[in-house]
Amino acid sequence: MLELQGITQIFGGVTALNDVSFSIHADQITGVIGPNGAGKTTLFNIVTGIYQQTRGQVIFEGSDISGIPVERLAAKGMVRTFQNIELFGQMTVLENVMVGLHSKSKSGLFACSFKAPWAITEERRIREEAHEWLRFVGIEQLADVQASNLPFGKGRMLEIARAMACKPRLILMDEPAAGLNSQETVGLAELIRKIRDLGVTVVLVEHDMELVMDICDRIVVLNLGQKLAEGTPREIQDNPEVIAAYLGDDE
Amino acid sequence: MKKELIKYAVFALCILLAPLVFSGNYLMNVLVFVGIHTMLAVALNLLLGYAGQISLGHAAFFGLGAYGSGILSTTYNWNPWLAMTVVALVVGGLAFAIGFPILKLKGHYLAMATLGMGIIVYIVFNEWVAITGGPSGFSGIPNLELGPLVFDSDLKNYYLVWSFVLGCVLLSVNLANSRIGRAFRAIHDAEVAARVMGVNARLLKVQVFALSAMICAIAGSLYAHVMTFVAPPSFGFNISVELLTMVVIGGLGSIYGSFLGALLLTLLPEFLRFMHDYDIVFYGGLLMVMTIFMPGGLVRGIPDLFRKITGLKNKKGGAHA
Repeated sequence: MLELQGITQIFGGVTALNDVSFSIHADQITGVIGPNGAGKTTLFNIVTGIYQQTRGQVIFEGSDISGIPVERLAAKGMVRTFQNIELFGQMTVLENVMVGLHSKSKSGLFACSFKAPWAITEERRIREEAHEWLRFVGIEQLADVQASNLPFGKGRMLEIARAMACKPRLILMDEPAAGLNSQETVGLAELIRKIRDLGVTVVLVEHDMELVMDICDRIVVLNLGQKLAEGTPREIQDNPEVIAAYLGDDE
Repeated sequence: MKKELIKYAVFALCILLAPLVFSGNYLMNVLVFVGIHTMLAVALNLLLGYAGQISLGHAAFFGLGAYGSGILSTTYNWNPWLAMTVVALVVGGLAFAIGFPILKLKGHYLAMATLGMGIIVYIVFNEWVAITGGPSGFSGIPNLELGPLVFDSDLKNYYLVWSFVLGCVLLSVNLANSRIGRAFRAIHDAEVAARVMGVNARLLKVQVFALSAMICAIAGSLYAHVMTFVAPPSFGFNISVELLTMVVIGGLGSIYGSFLGALLLTLLPEFLRFMHDYDIVFYGGLLMVMTIFMPGGLVRGIPDLFRKITGLKNKKGGAHA
């Protein structure tokens, strides 16, 4: 599904990531964890095309996507969410999700201005599908609310709905549980499982260990810019190196 | 969708019937200018209010439209309609070409680049005397004709210009409420997130810049044929700023707001004639009061004020088009 080969990222004199390689298997939930400064977010930004890595390759479904502009990844089936939710604040909740369908629609500037018949049909389809995704995450009743007025937890749900509207095969979530209360986190876990059950591969960078251990099929641990371990939640929990990285060594 | 249609129908009806209420050549003439300014403000609003990209040089596109049409139809005897079409396409193409490097810039830098563009074009109008007539202007531009109908009176020009305005408003409202309009607003709110959703921000910005320039060029052509005379001061830096003011006063991201802004800023100087040179003081004061108390522009400020006066609790605020 997604393969990282020897990813190295150097910022000035700082090596943020050093020769990191692992692969993400289809139809699974993979967690990327690690102490602060391990390079998780940097890795995320490289995979999603926001940073350009110094060395190494990102292979998505058999093709090298290194250096492809961000906006072309959605059409290829990859989408992400942000740690500090990035909503379109001045637009309604429904409109936010409708933007998510941008890559799945194609009426141009002139077709839209002149309301060409196909543009009208497409607009109707976009609206219906957007409603369906709001229903999927359970915030349909908020459709007409301006996005900037949403409480944080609902904003997170909206961001996921918007990302799902792209109909991705791979969704990457940057700390989806950050800022959520425990009840919302339970709801999130349920939603992430529901997404996987739709046949969408999920990758999440997360600090909430309980959530990660609970829902992930596989876990990759980063520390100081290098891969420390990978395996099932059980294997990771019993790995002495991981425990040392998180809790510190006794020596 | 229905609401939009009703809003538009009411607007169109008001425009159509206005000459029955307001008459006299002077007033008609002023309203022709309101129409041309509305087109320009709507064009700039698509760029600034929707896509969030500033331009301090939009008067250049207006001027290119006016001079282009004037020169082609007068010096080269082209059919004015053909000249108008060709000029609009050329100006659109030109904006598309310069849009790619210019719209890479953001914020103040974009403002500076577009300002520079405006100044360069203004200098060309002023200095290329052989073609443009230089500072003394370019005269003898023919009126537009449609079969036996010659647009030579203020009333005829009113209907000519306003039918263009109505077309332009309709297309802009459609665009604003479409996937493209949403993509513009998404770029405005959170560009990276918009790109993650597959919105090609770079291309869309250039497209809206070109579209905006095209509308300005058409407004310029109409101006040239209505006035039959054009001179550089009508396309200078201060005009670009005035357009910006119309958009902001009317309401960013509101097509009808642009009409209100154009109406207010075109009528105001006429009503302030009695103040002679001091009108600029009133004008400046009004701008300050407006931006402090109605930051959302007239289109949002007036309903708010109305609600405050009548003491009604507002149920839902903010219109998009």
